[in-house]
Amino acid sequence: MGDLTGLVGLLAAPTLETLYMVFFSTLFATVLGFPLGIILVVTEKGGILENEYVYRVLDGVVNVLRSFPFIILMIVLFPLSRLVVGTTIGTTASIVPLAIAAAPFVARVVESALKEVDHGLVEAAVSMGSSPKEIIFKVLVPEALPSLVLGQTLTVINIIGYSAMAGAIGGGGLGDLAVRYGFHRFQTDVLIAAVIVIIVMVQMIQGAGNALARRVSH
Amino acid sequence: MIEIKNVVKTFNSGGKGLEALKGISLHIKPGEIFGIIGLSGAGKSTLLRTINRLGEPDSGEIRLGGTDVTKLAPVELRNLRKKVGMIFQHFNLLSSRTVSGNVAFALEVGKWPKRDIPRRVAEMLELVGLSDKADSYPSELSGGQKQRVGIARALANKPSVLLSDEATSALDPKTTQSILALLEDINRKMGITVVLVTHEMGVIRQICHRVAVLEAGRVVEQGRVRDIFMKPRSRTARELLSHLPRMSYDADKLPKEPGKPVVSFSFNGGTADQPIISRAIKTTGAEINILSGEIDNLPASKVGSLTVQLSGTQEEIAGALSYIRSQNVETEVIWNG
Ligand SMILES: Nc1ncnc2c1ncn2[C@@H]1O[C@H](COP(=O)(O)OP(=O)(O)OP(=O)(O)O)[C@@H](O)[C@H]1O
Ligand SMILES: [Mg+2]
Repeated sequence: MGDLTGLVGLLAAPTLETLYMVFFSTLFATVLGFPLGIILVVTEKGGILENEYVYRVLDGVVNVLRSFPFIILMIVLFPLSRLVVGTTIGTTASIVPLAIAAAPFVARVVESALKEVDHGLVEAAVSMGSSPKEIIFKVLVPEALPSLVLGQTLTVINIIGYSAMAGAIGGGGLGDLAVRYGFHRFQTDVLIAAVIVIIVMVQMIQGAGNALARRVSH
Repeated sequence: MIEIKNVVKTFNSGGKGLEALKGISLHIKPGEIFGIIGLSGAGKSTLLRTINRLGEPDSGEIRLGGTDVTKLAPVELRNLRKKVGMIFQHFNLLSSRTVSGNVAFALEVGKWPKRDIPRRVAEMLELVGLSDKADSYPSELSGGQKQRVGIARALANKPSVLLSDEATSALDPKTTQSILALLEDINRKMGITVVLVTHEMGVIRQICHRVAVLEAGRVVEQGRVRDIFMKPRSRTARELLSHLPRMSYDADKLPKEPGKPVVSFSFNGGTADQPIISRAIKTTGAEINILSGEIDNLPASKVGSLTVQLSGTQEEIAGALSYIRSQNVETEVIWNG
């Protein structure tokens, strides 16, 4: 077993890379997925802006994206990564496929959270003369906030998992470290240390998510 | 005020059409409390919801102070809804907002200037007696308190009509009383028209002025509450009335003595609290033995019914009956032998 400071030194940069990838992937996945989820909810049957055509198209797109295995999606999206970031390897490049893989997941999370909101509340809001925009942002989103927080927690944890996979094909971060040292050089201690860091990360995010969800529910 | 003409509504459930409203016409006067009663599935909620178009009627007209609601474009409809408050059986309060926040919601939707909102919220909470709960969340309130918030919210935009769908059906009898008293008070003070859906005759009796009885999508009876209480014509009205605690004669237990007819009297409005019986006794010499009776307190009137046994000479009995009839009391001879 290598000395502890050496190990910490080895882990520091990949940990930061993972955090960087996860943070920005979550951000972009949310920017894409959140509106998508809202559109799904309002256009579905019985929704406040029911539109069968829009719903079926978006629903199909989300399903197709979600059924791609991530590794395949990443390879398929290489050209897009090159277009956006200029390269297909490195942490910044892997943010593109990560965000696109997670966006439909976010959309489903948002959709199911908003669908849980009691229809009676929407009805009361409609009876008061609320516009669709008011119903979305003053009723659906605030009422679903605890579920949204828990759903986003799940999204972040999923992205951590995917980011490790991205690392394996040149994405950097803890996954990359684990593969390079643990798999190619048989340095099991580095592999274990990388896994432990990931576990701690997941635990902290889940804990923070639970605490936040509790705070926003009344 | 509210004119409902030939409203038809069909639901498509599982390929089959279900005609929930089969041509309903009603006229609701400004400032009155109008009850809509019927058994479960009669179409009460469906009818009420067509008034603010929470449900679209297939055909028919719904005029609200002159405008045909069925013809409004989305934006006009939203503006109209701000002037038609609605309260619900399950309150439908936003759990993410405090009591104040829930009332403020209506004002935000009503586009009140931000700085006027707190004052109006305080005013409304005072009206419903919940000023001390302003910062509580709905989860911290009792059912009655939640409904008070619902009422405050529904009235915040100064509507001219309040729609109530089973607003007291989830509440215990005592809380029901207090909510009904509040609605009556608001109706009297603000002159707001109330359309109230219920399946409980007790609610109708307590606060409604007029009532329509619905049976399978049709109005089978409508009129003044006291008339329907005194002479229910439809099966539904009779059935619903039978659920009210009510004293009435029991045919088997009537005393059947020759020459002593048993008669039932129905009083309405002004006659219920006049000493008609004692006057009849004094002026004719007949004896009147009261077997059972009840007096209902309705808003604006009292109605009562009395079952009595008359005795005396033929002339005394006939004189007493004709005197009582002359006082606008309906009489019905139940037994005479
Ligand atoms: N959204 C709907 N889809 C299909 N059928 C409906 C729908 N809403 C109501 N119905 C049907 O229409 C009829 C009238 O329903 P409505 O809810 O108006 O009755 P109600 O008199 O309010 O009954 P309750 O006292 O149980 O509330 C019922 O047969 C009901 O099953
Ligand atoms: Mg109903």
